[in-house]
Amino acid sequence: MKKTVLDFWVGLFVAAGLAALLFLALRVGSMSGFDAAKSYTVQAEFNNIGGLKIRAPVKSAGVVVGRVTDIRFDSTMYEAVVELRLGSEYRFPADTSAAIMTSGLLGEQYIALEAGGDEKMLSDGDKLKITQGAVVLEDLIGQFLYSKGEEGAAAPPPAESAP
Amino acid sequence: MSDNLVEVRDLSFAYADRLVLQGVNLAARRGQVVAIMGNSGCGKTTLMRLIGGQLKPTQGQVRVDGESVGELKLRDLYRLRRRMGMLFQFGALFTDMTVYENVAFQLREHTDLPEEMVRDLVLMKLNAVGLRGAQDLMPAELSGGMARRVALARAIALDPMLIMYDEPFAGLDPISLGITGDLIRRLTDTLGLTSLVVTHDVQESLKIVDYVYFISEGVVVAQGTPKEIRASDLSYVHQFVHGEEDGPVPFHYPAPAYAEELGLRHA
Amino acid sequence: MLDGIAAILRRMGARTINSIWRLGLATRFFFLTLMYSGPSFRRFHLVIKEIFSSGVLSLVIILVSGLFVGMVLGLQGYETLQTYGAEESLGVLVSLSLVRELGPVVAALLFASRAGSAITAEIGLMKATEQISALEMMAVDPIARVVAPRFWGAVISMPLLAALFSAMGIFGGYLVGVVLIGVDEGAFWSQMQAAVDFQEDILNGVIKSVVFGGVVTVIALYEGYDAPPTAEGVSRATTRTVVTSSLAVLAWDFVLTSFMFRGV
Repeated sequence: MKKTVLDFWVGLFVAAGLAALLFLALRVGSMSGFDAAKSYTVQAEFNNIGGLKIRAPVKSAGVVVGRVTDIRFDSTMYEAVVELRLGSEYRFPADTSAAIMTSGLLGEQYIALEAGGDEKMLSDGDKLKITQGAVVLEDLIGQFLYSKGEEGAAAPPPAESAP
Repeated sequence: MSDNLVEVRDLSFAYADRLVLQGVNLAARRGQVVAIMGNSGCGKTTLMRLIGGQLKPTQGQVRVDGESVGELKLRDLYRLRRRMGMLFQFGALFTDMTVYENVAFQLREHTDLPEEMVRDLVLMKLNAVGLRGAQDLMPAELSGGMARRVALARAIALDPMLIMYDEPFAGLDPISLGITGDLIRRLTDTLGLTSLVVTHDVQESLKIVDYVYFISEGVVVAQGTPKEIRASDLSYVHQFVHGEEDGPVPFHYPAPAYAEELGLRHA
Repeated sequence: MLDGIAAILRRMGARTINSIWRLGLATRFFFLTLMYSGPSFRRFHLVIKEIFSSGVLSLVIILVSGLFVGMVLGLQGYETLQTYGAEESLGVLVSLSLVRELGPVVAALLFASRAGSAITAEIGLMKATEQISALEMMAVDPIARVVAPRFWGAVISMPLLAALFSAMGIFGGYLVGVVLIGVDEGAFWSQMQAAVDFQEDILNGVIKSVVFGGVVTVIALYEGYDAPPTAEGVSRATTRTVVTSSLAVLAWDFVLTSFMFRGV
């Protein structure tokens, strides 16, 4: 085969391969819109993170504004410390609260941010003070049973109270 | 500088536990065509590989142009090999390249010559073997004899001091046979190189060579000029030169007695 | 009886020793290839030629298989997701399974049988016809001239082929899921984008395919180089290339996956 023909095909192949990679990077994956240059990091402490994982989305009003970048255990406070990286175009008041929510019944967990009313804005390295941990199914059921029990004790069945 | 380009002294070689060569001595003078003859499987090809440095001697020495081939470092061996050419039995042309590219191969690998000069040299070498017109063919399109001539052109591309031919006459028709023999002689004389021909074709090679070594079972059994060989009355040489079926080289491979193996003794 | 057991043990021992030998020799061969890679990059057209024969010539099989694998994923995924009412996650399922696993692995398996076997057969035949010997006698190192360019050609081709396979597969999944079945197009793409991460998924897939390309080619080259120079020897070596390199790809896939996706 002539060298120029060969070069042409190899060039075409490499171009197509790179295009496929680009397609995967841009169309299929989100090129992680929050790169280090255009983002800031805040921390939040939770008593329980449930099934939250690194890379879980951070949403506010349902819009993805950032991602979870790190989860640690603080052994002095016995709490989970979660690091959130937020896109720098999303500014939040300093008293914004964070809660761990579940999308759908069995879906993945994410962090929901609820903006506060402070004049001061969050900046890099700040800590979110108001947090609400994940709802654990066992606790929920426990609470439910407990409250049922309480109900039962406080208000005895009508059959007995009204002779 | 010694008169002999190739000198082999007390050379022994064994594959694992099979002794192929034992105490071979031979020499090739500069400018001569020297033939190494023997029946199939006598260690001729092994000898050639030892001279080319592809195998290392178990014992003894091979000297080419004064350098002991077996003891050279890889880099020095490669440097020496650039001045050696080898013609393989079936040419060993690179099947994915044209005839032209095959001949240009060494020029491109070892020199930085400009393309026009490579072209001139390749055409010169191809012309020397009479195949300038076949430059654009692929090796698969060549006949056996032509492939070997292309391989010869490739072997002389860098103007080596020594060319080794592995069975250059095997499987050729009478015309190609004559052409090849003639080429070997002519190239040796005109390019001033030394040729080492490993062959079992006695008649053809006796016509062109200056000196002959006979090897049998790893030992040099006879040597001399073609004239001396033709006149030799050694039974081995006689059998070989005249192509007799039985003689010192038996027709039968060593085996238990025929009758015994057929079980005739019990019958 | 005892003799029989001893014979079996002996055979097992011999096989074990033999395979360890071969593993060692192949590793040595790999490092030699890396050591003699200089000429491949100084004369890059050697590599380009190999990209052609291992990459371009594998294109058709890769593209067609990718399309079909993606279409099957689309169908099967839809069937399963539908029972949970999650058919909009079809894009996630198709893209993640392709980008993370099927793309690199299946492309490498196809590559082993298409390009790997060809490499083994070619080198085995070059050896059988004394072309390798001829190279040595012409003072050209066969590892540098024949082996290394093929290695780099394949290592460069493999990630591109895997990417094409994945892209084609996602397109196939899109065809079946969105065009044929009617999953919402917006959800298909946006859920995919939310779930697939560039670094975690795509980059790791690329790394995998580079490793697989290297593994397959080293095995193919070694088998070819090591093959007895006979018709039978070359054909056996070709078979061994496909079997060994397929197994090696799967084994390496497990190792790499366990390193890459742990804890996520």
